[in-house]
Amino acid sequence: MTAELFIQYLFAGITYGSMYAIVAIGFNIIYNTTGIINFAQGEFVMLGGMISITLLRFMPLPLAIVLAVGITMAVGALIEIVFIRWLKEPSVLRMVIITIGISILIREAALHIWGESVRSLPYFVGNEITTTGILGARISPQVIWVIGVCTMMVLLLSLFFGTTSVGREMRACAANRTAAILCGINTRNMVTLSFVLSAGIGALAGCVMSPITSTQYDNGTGLAIKGFTVAILGGLGNSGGAVAAGLLLGIIEAFSVSVVPLAFQEAIAIAILLLILFVRPNGLFGSKDLAGLKEF
Amino acid sequence: MKRIIALLVACLLVIAVELLCSWTGTLYYLTQMTMSAYYSLLIIGLCVVMGYAGQISLGHAGFFAIGGYLSAALTTRNLLLFHDSLLVRGLDFAGLLVTGKDIYGGALVVVTPWAACLFAVLVAATIAFLIGIPVLKLKGHYLAMATLGFGIIIYRLALASSYFGGADGISAVRPFPLCPGLSVSGGPSTRVENYYIAWGLVLLGVILLRNLINSRIGRALRAIHGSEEAAESMGVDTARYKLYIFVLSAVLAAIAGVFLTHYNGGIGPSEASVMKSVRYVAIVAVGGMAHLWGALTMSIVLNFLSLRGVFGTYDDAIFGTILILIMLFAPEGILRINVGQKLLSLGGVFKKGGRKD
Repeated sequence: MTAELFIQYLFAGITYGSMYAIVAIGFNIIYNTTGIINFAQGEFVMLGGMISITLLRFMPLPLAIVLAVGITMAVGALIEIVFIRWLKEPSVLRMVIITIGISILIREAALHIWGESVRSLPYFVGNEITTTGILGARISPQVIWVIGVCTMMVLLLSLFFGTTSVGREMRACAANRTAAILCGINTRNMVTLSFVLSAGIGALAGCVMSPITSTQYDNGTGLAIKGFTVAILGGLGNSGGAVAAGLLLGIIEAFSVSVVPLAFQEAIAIAILLLILFVRPNGLFGSKDLAGLKEF
Repeated sequence: MKRIIALLVACLLVIAVELLCSWTGTLYYLTQMTMSAYYSLLIIGLCVVMGYAGQISLGHAGFFAIGGYLSAALTTRNLLLFHDSLLVRGLDFAGLLVTGKDIYGGALVVVTPWAACLFAVLVAATIAFLIGIPVLKLKGHYLAMATLGFGIIIYRLALASSYFGGADGISAVRPFPLCPGLSVSGGPSTRVENYYIAWGLVLLGVILLRNLINSRIGRALRAIHGSEEAAESMGVDTARYKLYIFVLSAVLAAIAGVFLTHYNGGIGPSEASVMKSVRYVAIVAVGGMAHLWGALTMSIVLNFLSLRGVFGTYDDAIFGTILILIMLFAPEGILRINVGQKLLSLGGVFKKGGRKD
């Protein structure tokens, strides 16, 4: 493998990897505040892409993306308020089935609204064949957009959780819900906010990725599985771990293309997931004691 | 006694439906009833896994597909090219091969349906056993994701390998002769026999599972559902019982897959899709998790309506909606909504109010 080809694969891996990392962080945000794995996480990404493509007909690209992210956030809030907010201590099995049901409904709604056709946003800069040279490899500017936006999101989120008071309240909610209530934090609103937040970052990732991966009504499931793999690999609830694990999975996948047929790619990602679940269910970076305290 | 009466009622209902259909000249309904029966066989197995042992499985369509695909492939793929290989010669020696002619009149050598069926079910059981050991150690979300992942792998393999026909699946699967004069095959002439074969199989499955639930194993499973730690501390070998019931349900799913494939004369990758697995879980949930007859009833109703095309393009959406509504409002299943008790509790509220005055 030549050095150029190596860098080419590496960038492809980082692009997909940052996508997976964002989906995994979406899982983590909701998991931290509620203890729920939201199986509809991948659908937010699809919705972001689809809505922005539709809005693009009426308005310029930046506005369409902002509005699409806003609408998806509203959908996220609606889901939480309608389906989750009023349940009293639901069992894990019940929540799994409800979120799976939600993901089916969103997917079917998308199928009836947008049909089966594959759509995509135009490239933000230039077109399909525009490239910039990095270290001798030819990279599409969109790749830089994806990596840049995802990095920005991760930085802003860590700033949000670290410094703002709302972010701290959400973290308090994650650490100990009862204690948070006793401190006067409205935990229910925090849960709604966590759905809004993870819908928002999912939708934004869906928009920037759309020119490269295209958007179709059933994109969500595959993304959710890979995002979940990454979330587990990085240790459920650990967003720093999710970034590292996301990049790792993306790069493994990109290089595996040169060895195994593309049709088996998803099967390989899932086989990795199963292997991790069996061998190290607390993730590569997670501690066993911490995992023992959590309820799955 | 009660159990025997329930079975007798079920038998009578099965016969009554057949008589009603032939009396009104609507025998074509029996085709969908037969297909519903095979799906029900899978669903009662899943019901015991979910309701009694408390383990979710989002990969049961995978076992169904393993059964169906293997049986279909073995009874249609020509082995003539490999007739020199040791394996094929061994099969021939054991009398497990049949010769025939393909649609172009060329010679065709395939495995006999009985051998193919046994092999398919055995493979499904082995896979369930091997995957069950690590998977059933997981709980909650992890268990759901792991079984979902297993289902997707099977779907991808079916879709990506040319041996299993890729996106087209396998068609022109031959009938499955059970005994002289009785074979599993579609078509109007054998409709009534096949209806009884399918329902006989389902009722056999129900008897088996009922006996299992009321045995030592059933009690152990319910203990696991209540609290795995408590069951373990009472000396219940939880891992063994969970695995046992998981393999049994996989075998039922594989048998359902084999029979339905021979009945339909083909199988496609959609039978292995995640949506199918989710649908099975939805039906078990609607029937009431730990309620064998409830799951069976809802399975017949929903599968029949779905197969008749009543839901149109909203088929998957309907199942998603059902899933959410049941889990939100009646997690015990709709047949478990105790109307009398609801009224009593309402009455209690009024009484309490009265006392306050």
